[in-house]
Amino acid sequence: MNSQQIAALEVQDLTVAYHEKPVLWDIDITVPQGLLTAIVGPNGAGKTTLLKAILGLIKPAAGQVQIFGQSYSRNRRMVGYVPQRSSVDWDFPTNALDVVLMGRYGSLGWFKRPGKKDHELAMTCLEKVGMADFANRQISRLSGGQQQRVFLARALIQDANIYFMDEPFVGVDATTEKAIVNLLKTLRDEGKTVLVVHHDLQTLKDYFDWAILLNVRLIGIGPVQDIITTDNLRVAYGGRGAEIGNALET
Amino acid sequence: MALIELEIILIAIVVASACAIPGVFLILRKMALMSDAISHAILLGIVLAFFVIKDIQSPILILGASIAGILTVALTELVIKTNRIKEDAAIGFIFPIFFSIGVILISKFAGDVHLDTDAVLLGEMAFAPFERFYIHDIDLGPKSLWVMGTILLLNLTFIGLFYKELKIATFDKALSKSLGFSPLLLHYGLMFLVSITAVGAFDAVGSILVVALMITPPATAYLLTESLSKMIGLSVFIGMISAVTGYGLAGLLDASIAGSMATMTGVIFLLAFIFSPNRGVYVQLVRQRQQKLTFASHMLTVQLFDHEGQKEEAWENTVSNMIYHMGWSPKFAKQVTAVAIQNKLITRQKDHLTLTPLGRETAKTAMTL
Amino acid sequence: MILSILSLVNDHTFQVVLLGTLVLGITSGSLGCFAVLRKQSLLGDAISHATLPGIAIAFMMTYSKNAWILLTGAALAGLLGTFLMMGITKFTKIKQDTALGIILSVFFGFGLVLLTIIQKIPTASQAGLDTFLFGNAATLLKEDIRVMIILGIFTCSVMAIFWKEFKLISFDPDFAKSMGLPITKIEILLTTLIVLAIVIGLQTVGVVLMSAMIIAPAAAARQWTDNLGLMVFLAAIFSAFSGMAGTVLSSSISHLPTGPVIVLIISSFVIISLIAAPNRGLLWAYIQHHIHQREVRTKTMLSNLLLFSESQTNPFHPHDIAALTAIGKGTVSMMLKLKTDGLVNQYPDNKWSLSPKGLKIAQSFSKEGNINHGSH
Repeated sequence: MNSQQIAALEVQDLTVAYHEKPVLWDIDITVPQGLLTAIVGPNGAGKTTLLKAILGLIKPAAGQVQIFGQSYSRNRRMVGYVPQRSSVDWDFPTNALDVVLMGRYGSLGWFKRPGKKDHELAMTCLEKVGMADFANRQISRLSGGQQQRVFLARALIQDANIYFMDEPFVGVDATTEKAIVNLLKTLRDEGKTVLVVHHDLQTLKDYFDWAILLNVRLIGIGPVQDIITTDNLRVAYGGRGAEIGNALET
Repeated sequence: MALIELEIILIAIVVASACAIPGVFLILRKMALMSDAISHAILLGIVLAFFVIKDIQSPILILGASIAGILTVALTELVIKTNRIKEDAAIGFIFPIFFSIGVILISKFAGDVHLDTDAVLLGEMAFAPFERFYIHDIDLGPKSLWVMGTILLLNLTFIGLFYKELKIATFDKALSKSLGFSPLLLHYGLMFLVSITAVGAFDAVGSILVVALMITPPATAYLLTESLSKMIGLSVFIGMISAVTGYGLAGLLDASIAGSMATMTGVIFLLAFIFSPNRGVYVQLVRQRQQKLTFASHMLTVQLFDHEGQKEEAWENTVSNMIYHMGWSPKFAKQVTAVAIQNKLITRQKDHLTLTPLGRETAKTAMTL
Repeated sequence: MILSILSLVNDHTFQVVLLGTLVLGITSGSLGCFAVLRKQSLLGDAISHATLPGIAIAFMMTYSKNAWILLTGAALAGLLGTFLMMGITKFTKIKQDTALGIILSVFFGFGLVLLTIIQKIPTASQAGLDTFLFGNAATLLKEDIRVMIILGIFTCSVMAIFWKEFKLISFDPDFAKSMGLPITKIEILLTTLIVLAIVIGLQTVGVVLMSAMIIAPAAAARQWTDNLGLMVFLAAIFSAFSGMAGTVLSSSISHLPTGPVIVLIISSFVIISLIAAPNRGLLWAYIQHHIHQREVRTKTMLSNLLLFSESQTNPFHPHDIAALTAIGKGTVSMMLKLKTDGLVNQYPDNKWSLSPKGLKIAQSFSKEGNINHGSH
């Protein structure tokens, strides 16, 4: 089999339950390489849970996850992760450069400290997100958008083949949003696969190639225009679905 | 049993009951460790008030010393508000200051305070009956029984008067504000009760063990009941049992009464933790296993339903596939299949699994959840 | 008193004791940073109280006061308390604060029961176990100090070795896990080190107050720096200084228990840091706030004057003070300040206008267009 044909991500029969209450039911997903894919669905649809289950952060009740044809733990080095910005304490005593360097810890291995090369790499990644001037700034003194960029830089330094990002557009300014979109597209054009938890259906068509529509169950996966149909939205969002669909058409 | 022993048990029971009542609200409001802070901080209040009043059971001393408790709470909240120190660190750094000053004063002026560090840690329950309460030379019993009885009554009155308000403020702060109750007033009211109860109990159980009596019986009750009113009653009851059995244990081991009472609250908690009929670890483990199997059997029906009639059914709907795709161990797959067959959800021909009509219904309901 | 301190410091035995408190301070200060940053300050409180029954049982089993034996008992009890606490929050809906309260008070109560039993054992050389309650540096033996130093060096070295992992799981455990770090194991290791850091100080500071040596140095150090390495370093220094100063004081003044004295010294570090540390200090913030306020008000005033002047043909037309007081109190004093800066001119009857220099500055503000949202 040609390496181009291996799916970047394959999820089979994934079910996740909290206290025996299903949050995700029997999800099957195959994402080809080189696509920019949004994971969308209403609140409580299990978008973040899907991401966390794929990354092995929560244990699924059933199911298999394969990254480039291998189990997650084997191909971990091919994965970059951007958690929700609100998941960490930004008052932690560290600066932007240091946070980016954390992305190197996985490949550094035990006992080794990041060296000069890692620092240079971190600076390059900060430059890519337009944050080079803020390298030494304490992270609590960064704006929401800047914090998000630092998180992106940390994922970039992981030099992954597939990126998972959890709500990178939440609480960021318009400039940052544009910068992030451009960055995502650059990554896609470099042949990387990017999955992004997203909640804004308005921007879906402009930003993404593919969409995964979820509401506990998988409702659809494929090119955005095929998935974001009024019927699908009604299934995902209930009565509001039709309204949202109409709003999107106009 | 000698009268004096009865009196000690009675004091122990009253102390434990008085502590359990504010404790219920402390743990429900996630402020259990405020009792730790307060119980340490009141030591300074007691020592300072004692310098002035010289009678450890005077109501004025008790009120005065309680201020130290309120002050700790207020100072801690002030420090948290600066956003420079996180809540837990703020709690953990303020009360040791109060407590340290208290201990130093006691050590320096031990002769003047009639207190030593042993009394601070252990209380002097065994000596409590020697301080008598007289009116016109009539012996009305141990003074500390009267003091703690009054505090118990105060706690009961407060809870009785503000039961509804406390309940709403505890479970829904926003609603309580919109209804016009001042959560701040109730909060400080509760903190005052905790302080005054800790000061009152100081003589009997010392400064730190109050925490055990305030937190552990309510936590035990929390494992046994859902209703707030039952939880209060049960906490008091568990506190009383801890008091009586603690007294017995102390006699048996010839050890500190207060320490034994604290130990017994822990023993009773441990029993409830393991054996509580609804929330105990034992029941939970059993139930979890059952639920896991039932849930897995439902998952199985969903999986079978999804692939029914499709071309890959021959491969998807097999036991082998469960092991492969669902990531189940062969043993677990076997157990799940057995449960599903037993519940008439599926039938099995060799490796192949087929849904029954009931199984199909189960899958549909499971998916709409 | 100064004489007695001098003779103490020259005393060889006491120098050894000081070395012990130095190590104790460095260890508790640096590991405490991780406890505080992981919002586990009160776990430290629970652990230190929970060690008491461990000490007592270790003594009852061996009748020995050897530091290795007693501190091993303490560490095991501390760890047991931690795991029980985690079990309670995992298996029930009891919240962490309640679980901590239960462990803290019940373990401590049980420890006191055991202590009262030990006190009544006639043959036991029990004298000395009490020092574990409030700490007493004066009773430290050379062997105790040796144990403290070995444990301290071990704890700090492990911290240095796993520095980057500890930092990562303290900041972003999910990210660490996604990279494949065994975060549960790292967390257990870190918690064990914190338990050891507590155990090291039990004889000197005491069970009751040891948690302050974990929390306070970190809380103080955090105010001075935004760098984790520097924070750990400062916390170690604050803590070591407090440990040594407290030991000297309590040894040279009679009836002064060591633990409380050390706690008061380290607490004053926190208070001073909270108020006076640059950037994060409250005093600093207060001054910054006022400078900022004044800037905003000056800008507003100049812009208002500009607005008035634009309605006139002559930009330097004087206006009555009454028209300018809209921005609030202190208008007159501000105008006088602006006048000394040469930005405004004063006319009779309390009338004011922009000066040419003031006009230029006011115009530059209105170009920036950010007069009213200077603050956040």
